[in-house]
Amino acid sequence: MADTNTTTQVEVKERKPLFGKRERKLITDPLNDNNPITVQVLGICSALAITTQVSPAVVMTLAVIFVMGFSSLFTSLLRHSIPKQVRMIVMLIIIAFLVTVVELSLKAINYPIYQELSVFIGLIITNCIIMGRLEAFAMADKPWPSFIDGVGNAMGYGAILIIVAFFRELFGSGSLMGWDIIGPGAQFAINTEAHWWLEWYMPNNLMVLSASALFVIGVLIWVHRAWNRDLVDVS
Amino acid sequence: MELINIFIKAAFIENMVLAYFLGMCSYLAVSKTLDTAFGLGLAVIFVLGITMPINWIITTFLLSEDGLLGMDLTFLRFILFIAVIASMVQLVEMIIEKYSPALYASLGIFLPLITVNCAILGGSLFMIAREYTFPESVSFGLGSGFGFFLAIVAIAAIREKIQYSNVPGPLRGLGMAFLLTGLMGIGFMSLMGIDPGAFGE
Repeated sequence: MADTNTTTQVEVKERKPLFGKRERKLITDPLNDNNPITVQVLGICSALAITTQVSPAVVMTLAVIFVMGFSSLFTSLLRHSIPKQVRMIVMLIIIAFLVTVVELSLKAINYPIYQELSVFIGLIITNCIIMGRLEAFAMADKPWPSFIDGVGNAMGYGAILIIVAFFRELFGSGSLMGWDIIGPGAQFAINTEAHWWLEWYMPNNLMVLSASALFVIGVLIWVHRAWNRDLVDVS
Repeated sequence: MELINIFIKAAFIENMVLAYFLGMCSYLAVSKTLDTAFGLGLAVIFVLGITMPINWIITTFLLSEDGLLGMDLTFLRFILFIAVIASMVQLVEMIIEKYSPALYASLGIFLPLITVNCAILGGSLFMIAREYTFPESVSFGLGSGFGFFLAIVAIAAIREKIQYSNVPGPLRGLGMAFLLTGLMGIGFMSLMGIDPGAFGE
């Protein structure tokens, strides 16, 4: 027993760089090769529901980064003391606690956005990315890499969210972050006077419907896999 | 009559999967073969039909201000709802393991993952937001479960057929499933009827 104690202490003393090669890989992997949405098929529900406009998507991304990073950290800290049979419930309680924190603070800070996101903030609890990463990574690794993995995956998720929201808002309502850019109602955020190349566009109502999120993600997967051939489904 | 209305509305018009896009993860992951999709659909009907009334009882009698505890405890509802759902899923898992080991083996990891199926928590949250009464919440739970069942069986059947088609490589599998779901969503949208006001002048 004393032996193992000393060896672990020695291991701790070997200081590794805070952002070593492995940590960098944990951040960049989810952005491309192992993207939670397009490759691991996790966390689709919220990706579809809140991407009609860019600003809720950004808020959602921030909320998910916060919840994922800290739930990974806490789960990883507790990983030796959680019995295997009740681990799901323990993880869910950690996540639910963090989500409640996010919900109440968002309600206090920015009420209009809170109303817009409505049930979807609560649904972060059942966002499968969080559960999936806790189960696959945080239960088996040290706190710091787990935190990095959580943040990295949340960023991969957020990247897709913002890309989809960009296309849906631009073509669906002709605006970006609430600024009208193209279409008849354009406030000419860029130009001070009317230009025909900004006015000709009629906003496409199909892009506002949630079905179009599926098309955008489907095409995104198509483009991603055409560019990164390793991901192609062989079966 | 109102109850039948809510059932039909939840199953077809406001279908959890195809109108609100909740429960997508297990919907996309388990719909590769018809058998497992069928089993998962039944399990979801059961879990939704049971958790919805239980969560209704919890919010009305425990968490509301005029409930048993006399305090406004709504901030606890996420934690309580998810605990109810997790225990119900555990129950379903035990029942399926006892009576149908074959289905249990084929569902595998996706059975416990019903816990994190957003359709179930989402259903409870919608129930609260829409202020249903007790019988209405039962009807809404069964209706949305049936809607999920319909959707997952339909996409599984389509995906089994489409395996024999010549789909471009990068689109095969997941990409195609997304496009198909989008088309099905538009199909289900037509059940909502047409709003004449939407056409403007």
